[in-house]
Amino acid sequence: MNSPTNGSTSAWIRSRERVWAEWSSTKRLPPRGLRVDQAQSYVEQYRALAGDLATARRLLPQSTTTAALESLYAASHTAIDRSSRQTLSSLRTLLLIRIPETMRVLRPAILWIALLFMSSAGAGFWLIAQYPELIGLVASSSMIDKVEHGQLWTEGLLNVAPSSMISLHILSNNIVVSLFAFCAGIFFGLGAIYITAINGLMLGALFAYTHQHGLDGELLKFVLAHGPVELSVMCIAAAAGSELGESLIRPDAPTRRESFHRAANRIGPALIACALLLIICGFIEGYISPDPAFPLGARAVIGLCYWILMLLFLRGSLHTAPAAKV
Amino acid sequence: MDGNEQLNVTGLTGIELNFPIAGPGSRSYAFVIDWHIRLLLSLAWLSGSWMLLRVFGRGDPKFFAGSSGLIIGWPALMIYLLYHPALELLMHGRTPGKRMAGVRLVTQRGGQPSAGAILTRNVFRLVDALPGLYLVGLIACLSTAQRVRIGDMAAGTILVIDNTESARALARIPSLVAKSGLDPRVIELASELLERWPSLSIERRTALARALFTRINPALSIDALATVSDADLRQRLRDLLPAAA
Repeated sequence: MNSPTNGSTSAWIRSRERVWAEWSSTKRLPPRGLRVDQAQSYVEQYRALAGDLATARRLLPQSTTTAALESLYAASHTAIDRSSRQTLSSLRTLLLIRIPETMRVLRPAILWIALLFMSSAGAGFWLIAQYPELIGLVASSSMIDKVEHGQLWTEGLLNVAPSSMISLHILSNNIVVSLFAFCAGIFFGLGAIYITAINGLMLGALFAYTHQHGLDGELLKFVLAHGPVELSVMCIAAAAGSELGESLIRPDAPTRRESFHRAANRIGPALIACALLLIICGFIEGYISPDPAFPLGARAVIGLCYWILMLLFLRGSLHTAPAAKV
Repeated sequence: MDGNEQLNVTGLTGIELNFPIAGPGSRSYAFVIDWHIRLLLSLAWLSGSWMLLRVFGRGDPKFFAGSSGLIIGWPALMIYLLYHPALELLMHGRTPGKRMAGVRLVTQRGGQPSAGAILTRNVFRLVDALPGLYLVGLIACLSTAQRVRIGDMAAGTILVIDNTESARALARIPSLVAKSGLDPRVIELASELLERWPSLSIERRTALARALFTRINPALSIDALATVSDADLRQRLRDLLPAAA
């Protein structure tokens, strides 16, 4: 590009007529899958734009020309600065490498959260065993009414709605709860801890209450197939949330905002794992858990197998590394 | 919002980029439009599929009861919930509402947000929407320098103003300069004055036009132009810009 002298602003602008017309008509966001020469022409345009913008800022500060070039330069920058295409290989990397890596980072937090969950469940059990009248704090009146009439609230669930509906309802609800447990970590981790404690307390309280009415075996039968993974996933999501809180309490970047962003980026794969696991949980809970045709043993086997599968998936053990070529 | 709030990024060539940051007003405007679109789409699906089911499931109440949730309710809910993440992914950080409000999403480096960033940003709507009417998000937006909600902080994204109008002006500036033979600054002034002509008072616009003509031709005096009418001044300005519409 010719650098114009002080007296030739008009000449410089006139000399750019063809180029600027071309730039204005160029699609602002180039499609993916460009050939190398096409990609190079976009980069060349970006460089030429930067040159023209620098000149315009000097010759015509705060003018329409400069504003137009600024806008085109910004759009061109956004078009160039983008992540690589999400392909099957990036999905594979996410599932086989990033998720296990994230889980390794989260392991101590998961253990602490699991401990909190179990303690809360124990506390909930003790509380209702000692003061049964407090069950109204954790269970709805219809649930209480059913249990007092010797029935679990899950009984006859398949008569109310088809399994597909139950599954979809449950899996979406579980995904939202898990995401919320994660997001609530923004409150310095307290939100995640609070949600875990409340869920543990409720589970313990319901077991205590059904125990008092001789229905604890039925409740265990209901939760056995889907419960192990569902509860584990809840602990994972809450652990991820507590890590978010940790990033705000003890930032590992110059600012808390930057630290929070880094933590969310680092922990994000755990949430994808949670969502995937909960989808299968939802189907088990919709098709198997409420169906009385499945005996306790079969439910235990399903629950255990799915839990082991979850462990293998989260550890990255489902994938066997290809043998090194010599 | 202070109109001077900008995201300053050093471009890949070393030339600084300035992205004007969208304030709570633009955000809310875009959100309200998007909210109406997704609501209408969901309702359209609900009513359309309900009518279809009534036609095909006539005489079979079991079919209707069993399928209604799956075919009517869930897709409508999915349209409502996945509207933002799906469109932001497909439209590269924009949605119809953002497009109408003239804003778009960029990363802290001014680049295009990745799929992960867009998903993270949308997951945090759960917190931003608390306790209702996006109060947490609004407070975060009002109290942060870059006017971001919590989802944006987590994803590292910023909503900026997408100034497409000024970019379109670039094509016609050189031809105006070539045809009129005037100084580019004068052309810009004349062009802007013509654009704003209807919104200015007669006294104000005639005074500005006279000042501009005396700048173009110093031999002219303001007094000499005092007798030229408002309509004539406008026509003379138009004559200065032959290529202008």
